[in-house]
Amino acid sequence: MNSWINLTALWKIIVIGLLAGAGLPAVFAIGLRALNPGAQAQTAAGVDADGNEISSAPTVTGGVAGIAAATLCFAIVLAGIGWGIYSIVHNS
Amino acid sequence: MSSNDVLLGLVVVTALGFDFTNGFHDTGNAMATSIATGALPPRVAVAISGVLNLVGAFLSFSVAATIASGLVQTHLVTLTVVFAGLVGGILWNLATWYLGIPSSSSHALIGGVVGSTIAAAGGHAVQWHGLVSKVILPAVLSPVIAGGIAIVGTYLVYRITDKVVERVRGRGFRIGQIGSASMVSLAHGTNDAQKTMGIITLALIANGTLHSAAKAPYWVIISCAIAISLGTYIGGWRVIRALGKGLVEIESPQGMAAESSSAAVILLSSFFGYSLSTTHVATGSILGSGVGKKGAEVRWSVAGRMATAWVLTLPSAGIVGALAYYAAHGIGGVTGVVVIFVVLVLAAAGFYLRSRKGAVTASNVNTEWTGSVAPPAIPATAAA
Repeated sequence: MNSWINLTALWKIIVIGLLAGAGLPAVFAIGLRALNPGAQAQTAAGVDADGNEISSAPTVTGGVAGIAAATLCFAIVLAGIGWGIYSIVHNS
Repeated sequence: MSSNDVLLGLVVVTALGFDFTNGFHDTGNAMATSIATGALPPRVAVAISGVLNLVGAFLSFSVAATIASGLVQTHLVTLTVVFAGLVGGILWNLATWYLGIPSSSSHALIGGVVGSTIAAAGGHAVQWHGLVSKVILPAVLSPVIAGGIAIVGTYLVYRITDKVVERVRGRGFRIGQIGSASMVSLAHGTNDAQKTMGIITLALIANGTLHSAAKAPYWVIISCAIAISLGTYIGGWRVIRALGKGLVEIESPQGMAAESSSAAVILLSSFFGYSLSTTHVATGSILGSGVGKKGAEVRWSVAGRMATAWVLTLPSAGIVGALAYYAAHGIGGVTGVVVIFVVLVLAAAGFYLRSRKGAVTASNVNTEWTGSVAPPAIPATAAA
């Protein structure tokens, strides 16, 4: 650490920032994918013969395991948000 | 009522005015992407952001004259110096808002105060080391870091959800986007409302009303919270449009990645004691979300224009702050400050009237970007 820049804080901001700022959206994305794996399910329910999406396609096609995985993912994201709010309040 | 009370009153009013401009200038930092993707109707977005800014302003109480301490020799700061600094900050904020450039309100304020301090007491009154290490270096690094995180986030969310049905994906990420944008609003209220609280506290200390280690009185906290949230609610549609439509054509997964990156970087930085510009972070993130998505259009010329404005913010607000100080000091006493205050009000009215021509409002903020902030004219029938 020198007097111009706090390198310890800098790398922590980068690493934790990546985990929270890019990791949480990725976990959220995994949750969405667990809910709706697409591809094979899509041909069954979400898409007509020409490959166009049918507007009544079900949101959840991932089954029970998918719902469980998605719940876990969304819980992680919510925990991340909670930690963020805690850090604002605690910081004061 | 002594002349000093009049002076103090004008400084407080001007500071709250700055806080208001800070609010509408920065609405876009949190809400531009949600408005651009249609995750939230424009009016609802600014209302949510306004409320969260209000809440955020009350969440943190570590308020002292932090914005100035470590940057200028606070014992050399007088009420006129604070006032002139605020004039510099407000005028730069209005000019950049008019041009639709998301420049940093914090930098405008710091630049204004540093400029007026130099005018009043000379260059030795500025703590240059503090200015570089606490303001300039974080300003250079933060958009790069936020942009990098947004690139990674955007890449990941598109990779992970490439097979998810578009309708489900769009809806899911719109919800995620609202959540992450709300976090940015909350963090903005915590960070930026404090800056004005700090300035008013500094004025009260300079006036001798408070002792030098005092915390912000409660009325200061309440009035600043209200000023910034009202400003946010008014909505700086010109800046929102430039950020949401001008920089990158944005989709909801990019929006969520961008806002998550912004929220994480802002919160982490304030955790480590850096009060950085939410504007720089948000712009970096949105740019990153454009780079991270294959085939997305990033308008580098718009980004370049913004970056140029960032470089100019500190010196420009500083020059205006210095000129305001010379003018007020030259005329002398309370009269000088009153004259400059009137000039400031007239200038603000001028910017407002100019902006009515080719106005950007909640109803046309999302119009196709054709290279300028002012949206293309819509036939009256279509606009209704």
